[in-house]
Amino acid sequence: MAGLTFDHVTKTFAQGTVAVNDLSLQIAEGEFMILVGPSGCGKTTALRMVAGLESITSGRIVIGDRVINDVSPRDRDIAMVFQNYALYPHMTVAKNLAFGLRQRKAPKEEIDRRVGEIADMLGLEGLLKRRPAELSGGQRQRVAMGRALVREPKAFLLDEPLSNLDAKLRVAMRAELKRLHQRLEITTIHVTHDQVEAMTLGDRIAVMNEGALQQLGDPQEVYDRPANLFVAGFIGSPPMNMLRGVVSRGRIEAGDLAVERPSLPDGEVVVGVRPEAFLIAPDGAASTELTVEIVEPLGDEVLVHGSIGGEPARSGAELDEELLPLERGSRARITARLDPSARPSPGDRLPLRVAPERVYVFDARTGTALT
Amino acid sequence: MSAETLADRITWPEESNAASPRPRRWLPFSPWHLFLVPFSLLMLLPLIWMVVTSLQTQKESLVFPPTLVPKSLEFSNYAHALSAAPFGRWFLNTAIVTVAVVISNLLLCSLAGYAFARIRFFGREVTFLALMATLMVPFPVVMIPTFLIVKALGMFDSLAALIVPNLVNVFGIFMLRQFFRTLPVELEEAARIDGASRLSVLFKIVLPLSLPALATLAVIQFMWTWNDFLWPLIAIFSERNFTLQLGLTVFQTSHTTNWPLLMAGNVMTMIPMLVLFLAAQRFFIRGIATTGLKG
Repeated sequence: MAGLTFDHVTKTFAQGTVAVNDLSLQIAEGEFMILVGPSGCGKTTALRMVAGLESITSGRIVIGDRVINDVSPRDRDIAMVFQNYALYPHMTVAKNLAFGLRQRKAPKEEIDRRVGEIADMLGLEGLLKRRPAELSGGQRQRVAMGRALVREPKAFLLDEPLSNLDAKLRVAMRAELKRLHQRLEITTIHVTHDQVEAMTLGDRIAVMNEGALQQLGDPQEVYDRPANLFVAGFIGSPPMNMLRGVVSRGRIEAGDLAVERPSLPDGEVVVGVRPEAFLIAPDGAASTELTVEIVEPLGDEVLVHGSIGGEPARSGAELDEELLPLERGSRARITARLDPSARPSPGDRLPLRVAPERVYVFDARTGTALT
Repeated sequence: MSAETLADRITWPEESNAASPRPRRWLPFSPWHLFLVPFSLLMLLPLIWMVVTSLQTQKESLVFPPTLVPKSLEFSNYAHALSAAPFGRWFLNTAIVTVAVVISNLLLCSLAGYAFARIRFFGREVTFLALMATLMVPFPVVMIPTFLIVKALGMFDSLAALIVPNLVNVFGIFMLRQFFRTLPVELEEAARIDGASRLSVLFKIVLPLSLPALATLAVIQFMWTWNDFLWPLIAIFSERNFTLQLGLTVFQTSHTTNWPLLMAGNVMTMIPMLVLFLAAQRFFIRGIATTGLKG
């Protein structure tokens, strides 16, 4: 086991696309690091560079105290789980598990012992004689994990390992993954575009966009103190609500919302409010009024979609299907996460307030967080 | 949604049977067979004629119009054909040449095809295009240069002359490259991370998954080599190095042809190919279907 360092790593593809741009990241021994970001943000390329499946254009990757830039994949002593598992279809589960050890010429008794241990740990004992085609999605996933773990690698690379599972199985495997890591404490890099996976699994998460690292920190810290507009929009579900605002003499005005921030210089800003930061206001204390359009009851809470006074803004982290044209008008669509006792229904006008300390402010031009 | 539209959307089992879009079968088999069965008989006709002729007397074989039902079955034709010339020796020659060529093609085309499919190297596309271009050159054009090279290498009139120029075949490289590219690259990446070298990846992962393509290539190559006539005719001079196809010419002289013996020889020559084809048919057909190639 060993720590892993990206030292100013850049990857430029032949066509000139910069997939990873000057990435520097230190992963401690035994740490569970998540690389998260939208598709095409360079997270998978970064992982493939660690595995040796992509060359490194510039910079260094260090595992333990060894620079591995020019080391072939087989000599890096890492293991990887692929998104589609990449189990060898012509081999039984037992042979799939043993393949790496056999390539490394481990003695037969040791191979048998380790395959047995892994099968035992992952509940694969009954499946050893089957071929991958005869397994369910979850079983294949476990075999893929087993194949990586059996070699006791220095680092464990996971490329969206849960994305091919259905929702229920994904939650179960997520917990399984966490338990496994707590038990084995292998340095792990887990790539995902799913921010729930990122929040729940990682010791720390690295948010990436357009090849560059946006923010690095433990999940709660990233959620509570997003470094910029992109991270604020990407982490959190439903995403943070964004409004255009103006600072004038220490007071931010964004549509209906007004917040005092004496330290801020005058200028244009984007104001962000998490859905759970909205509260139903007692009479007279409301700062805005939400016109309810859609109500989604989730049992313990209710998501209310509607509009408030203000001009909408974008974070740059929206999915394509969320990119409806923004009306440049006086109403902004927002989502609020409320207590179900409010029992709102479409057409209602809900009086809402926001605690001033739960309002995020970003520079409208650069997107960096302002305090 | 109104009640009617909801009901419309539900198909009851009885209804869907009754309203089956397929027309009622008026034949116990697909109408296509009415076309395919006569057509396949037509394709078989030359084969049948060959077998029938091989069992006729010399006189009967020359009758016009030809008879498809011989009056007597002259199985002795086969014995005569075998004793007329050293067929055993020729069979052995052909088998040696064919097996050597098939094995070397499977091995070398796999190596080359894999390199072209997966390994990035300088000039890969240009080299591949140049190789492909040689497929366009007909054999008669390269016949004489090949002969001169073989002669210069001192292989004239030996089995090596039949083996060496055919050790690797561009068609095979192309076919396997196309097939290898259809395999998920993650399997190979996983194997490399698992510690396999490029060669182990090829032999332990890629080739076991390419059996249909390899079987197809083996059958095609076997057929080409076994049936080759023109090149052996040029490269082989002495009778003891003849292949079967050359040997069959002993029944043809400039003035007469002994058709029954020639056909008996032909039938015997064909048998190994027929056996191979039937054995590999399952793979062969799958191979053609998956590579999108017509053999």
